Amino acid sequence: MIKGDTPKIIFSEQIDQYFMGVYSAYKFVIRFFKEVFVPPFHLRAIITQSYEIGVKSLALISVTGFIIGIVFTKQSRPSLEDFGAASWLPNLVGIAIIRALGPVLTALICAGKVGSSIGAELSSMKVTEQIEAMEVSAINPFKYLVVTRVVASTIMVPLLAMYCVFIGLIGSYINVHAGETTSFTTFFKDAFSSITFIDLSAATAKATVYGFTIGIIGCYKGYNATKGTHGVGKAANEAVVLAMFLVFLEEVIIVQVSNWVRYF
Amino acid sequence: MEKTNCKEDKNQGEPVISIQGLHKSFGALEVLKGIDLIVCKGENVAVLGKSGSGKSVLIKIIVGLLKPDRGSLKVLEKEVEALNGKELDELRLRIGFSFQSSALYDSMSVFQNLAFPLIMNVKHLAKKEVAEAVEEALEAVGLKDKAERMPAELSGGQRKRVGIARALILKPEIMLYDEPTAGLDPITSAEINELINEVQEKYNTSSIIITHDLTCAKNTCNRIVMLVEGKFLPSGKFEELFKTDNQQVKDFFSYNFIQ
Ligand SMILES: Nc1ncnc2c1ncn2[C@@H]1O[C@H](COP(=O)(O)OP(=O)(O)OP(=O)(O)O)[C@@H](O)[C@H]1O
Ligand SMILES: [Mg+2]
Repeated sequence: MIKGDTPKIIFSEQIDQYFMGVYSAYKFVIRFFKEVFVPPFHLRAIITQSYEIGVKSLALISVTGFIIGIVFTKQSRPSLEDFGAASWLPNLVGIAIIRALGPVLTALICAGKVGSSIGAELSSMKVTEQIEAMEVSAINPFKYLVVTRVVASTIMVPLLAMYCVFIGLIGSYINVHAGETTSFTTFFKDAFSSITFIDLSAATAKATVYGFTIGIIGCYKGYNATKGTHGVGKAANEAVVLAMFLVFLEEVIIVQVSNWVRYF
Repeated sequence: MEKTNCKEDKNQGEPVISIQGLHKSFGALEVLKGIDLIVCKGENVAVLGKSGSGKSVLIKIIVGLLKPDRGSLKVLEKEVEALNGKELDELRLRIGFSFQSSALYDSMSVFQNLAFPLIMNVKHLAKKEVAEAVEEALEAVGLKDKAERMPAELSGGQRKRVGIARALILKPEIMLYDEPTAGLDPITSAEINELINEVQEKYNTSSIIITHDLTCAKNTCNRIVMLVEGKFLPSGKFEELFKTDNQQVKDFFSYNFIQ
């Protein structure tokens, strides 16, 4: 009688499971890159997903971006005034929002909103056998469900980040304008005066990486969900937690790299 | 016992599914312990068996959703395990699979559920052709008026019928029905049985029908096999199974014929 393979334990069960998880996530990412450039491309599904991800996050990002712009400016003003440098406010805000706050904030919001919804949707398709139903209809579910969602979030998160930066600056302008009557154009000129091309490209690249991370983690957790409704909740939850963690990790790395490029 | 309860024997065509010594375990749980089964062209075979005996696992192995541990499996002259992705897809297009849980795409309407496999697999299909094919399939299961509904708005039995219609839409050579009449009333069950027979006669389709419903097995199948403890009992006709002294089989039948 053949028994099911019981894999050998190398370290301890938990540690082994951790490394097996990392390995299967790695294989998932590799599979994505293998399939993303091969037709069919399911353009229509990508557009639908982009709409789901982009348009439906707009309201949340508008509100958050706007408030962060106002609050950040308000909080920074007293310190700058102490140095008699209130006129530097647009500069400071520009650097803060474009380099850091905009992309990270957008990524965190999307990790919560998009990551959880992708995780929940795919995992519930998995537990109700809808993914298997696609397979038996000779439709590649990885391509139709995973690739389209990851592509859509990789495209939409940087766009949302740009939008968030813009809204944040407007919020900030309103606060600056309340203090001293700076014109809209002067404010934006000042805000962008210390921003270099490297900053802009780093911010866009960062947001693109975050978008990819959020999409692929949501899909990975959903696609590999365990059976039962418990699996659905777990997948959505883990997708958010892991995506947020990775976003912070990537932020640290990208900041290091872009600083290194800047001063090279 | 001269009178046969089953439909006439059809065990003559060339085999479309042949399974030999198939084993499958999940971890320490051995589900299939050496399955042998041959299904011939145009033949309907019923698979009976207790809940959890591995019936669904068996047909999932046939379409390559699960991998067997060992044993040989040939479907439409092809060794399923040896196929690459593209060949497996080609084979799957010739097999219809109706899920026990229906497995309808819940983000799509009934119409889209049926149109989806068509649009994705048949290139250059006009909108009108798709609509006609969907309508025909829905008509066959008596749900023509539900095309625009979402799966969540259907009853369990209606969902089941949509699942069957979706499996039939590509006119498969082999149909695998997983409990097609479970949870349906006797009248609708009779209609489904009729549909299964119609599909068999019209397209000379071969089918495996998993069922607990002996009326369904009797009326639609040429042969009945019973899965007990991971193996098929040597069997054939309805009444042959009836005469066995296997306790599980007896229990199975006595429940269905309580007066
Ligand atoms: N993916 C899986 N992973 C682990 N165990 C599984 C898996 N699929 C099925 N099993 C186990 O295999 C056994 C057979 O399952 P299967 O679904 O084939 O039963 P069944 O005969 O179809 O029962 P029912 O009539 O209730 O549908 C069960 O004990 C089940 O727990
Ligand atoms: Mg079953």
